[in-house]
Amino acid sequence: MNLAVNNQSLMLALGLVVIALAIGWKEKLGIDRDMIIGVVRAVIQLFVVGYLLKYVFRLNNIWLTAILILIIIFNAGYNAKQRSNGIPNALPISIGAILISTSVTLGVLMLAGAIKFIPSQMIPISGMIASNSMVAIGLCYRNLNAQFRQERQAVLEKLALGADLKDASKEILRDSIKTGMQPTIDSAKTVGIVSLPGMMSGLIFAGVDPVRAIKYQIMVTFMLMSATSIGSVLACYWAYRGFYNDRKQLTV
Amino acid sequence: MSLIELQHVGYQVDDTLILQDINLSIDAQEWVTLSGPSGGGKSTLVRLIASLLSPTSGTLLFDGKSVEDYDPIAYRRRVSYSFQQPTLFGQTVRDNLSFPYQIRQLPFDEARAVRGLAYVGLSASDLDKGVNDLSGGQRQRVALLRNVMIYPEVLILDEVTAGLDAENRAFVWSLVEHFNQDDKLTIIAITHDQAEIDAAKRLITIENGRIVGGA
Repeated sequence: MNLAVNNQSLMLALGLVVIALAIGWKEKLGIDRDMIIGVVRAVIQLFVVGYLLKYVFRLNNIWLTAILILIIIFNAGYNAKQRSNGIPNALPISIGAILISTSVTLGVLMLAGAIKFIPSQMIPISGMIASNSMVAIGLCYRNLNAQFRQERQAVLEKLALGADLKDASKEILRDSIKTGMQPTIDSAKTVGIVSLPGMMSGLIFAGVDPVRAIKYQIMVTFMLMSATSIGSVLACYWAYRGFYNDRKQLTV
Repeated sequence: MSLIELQHVGYQVDDTLILQDINLSIDAQEWVTLSGPSGGGKSTLVRLIASLLSPTSGTLLFDGKSVEDYDPIAYRRRVSYSFQQPTLFGQTVRDNLSFPYQIRQLPFDEARAVRGLAYVGLSASDLDKGVNDLSGGQRQRVALLRNVMIYPEVLILDEVTAGLDAENRAFVWSLVEHFNQDDKLTIIAITHDQAEIDAAKRLITIENGRIVGGA
């Protein structure tokens, strides 16, 4: 390991936050408070997680690992739900979609032998999958809400012609799933050219051979594609019915 | 027995009454014209009849049975609603005329589409014309044709001639006449056009959510 981040250097790096705060204050962005809360929360959360992970990794217990993964999935689902803006049943939909997308992706990775069911691998990978799925689902919700309002008349006309809910919503569903997956596709296209993503950077930072590091990154790219596509498809297909009532009438 | 019967039908959103105590019977093959000031509740009334909304009070019967007892999708295939300033779907005229077949999982009857296009003053080559290349009058004709590619029993027209020039208006109206006279469709048409009001076979005036004349 050739990492040299100690408490003192972290304190000095805090100067970077001061720059951000100064910009926010000078431009009257009104985000100083949010920024300070964000920084304090990040520091506390990460310290707690750091010590917790150290303990969990040392314990190496299957059930504890599984419980932590479920907590990650619940939190991701809860956060995705916050983006739903009133879509009915958004919490169970979000948790279900993230649970399935994470399980399928983790399952394939384990079957392929890429990762093992040990906490030091399962927990960080689950976190990456669930958080990407969460962002994708949040984008899907936002797009569903926007599109059902924007395309209201087209949906009504399709219903008026006798279309069932799926036919009336098909374009909106397609567009929302695409929106959910777009950031993952975009970042896959530019990975290595524009950014050296977190996992790969972390490995290189920790002194791992870049050629080995990219193999992990390729795996991450594949798993994020799978997670966001499964998450987006499930969330959109489960959520769109919430825009209709039981008489199959549009309610927005 | 009337085909459509509204008994004390009302519709309200929160505390706002949009329609109240509407009593109306419409027979099969009848042509009913609805008129009245904007915001009076005409569009809401036809949306109730089209089952795009449900009454908050009263009963709406179709063929002697409450509309609420029909499967909404199957019902809307029998009672078709054509919008004012319609949205055309997809890219081409074909996308629109094939839509009614697509949702019923039936093969597209292209020959019928071509006959329909000729009937509304368009040609077979227009089938693959982009929807953005159509004029306002052509869009309205294609939309109307879309509603009747597979015949409904009732055709609801919500100001379909609004915004059209006199020639297109007359053309669309002659089409509706054909649907009513020759194809025996029941027509419920909202209009603000004085000539159409004057020519109405049965005129119903709606104001402030109530029928004030003609029922």
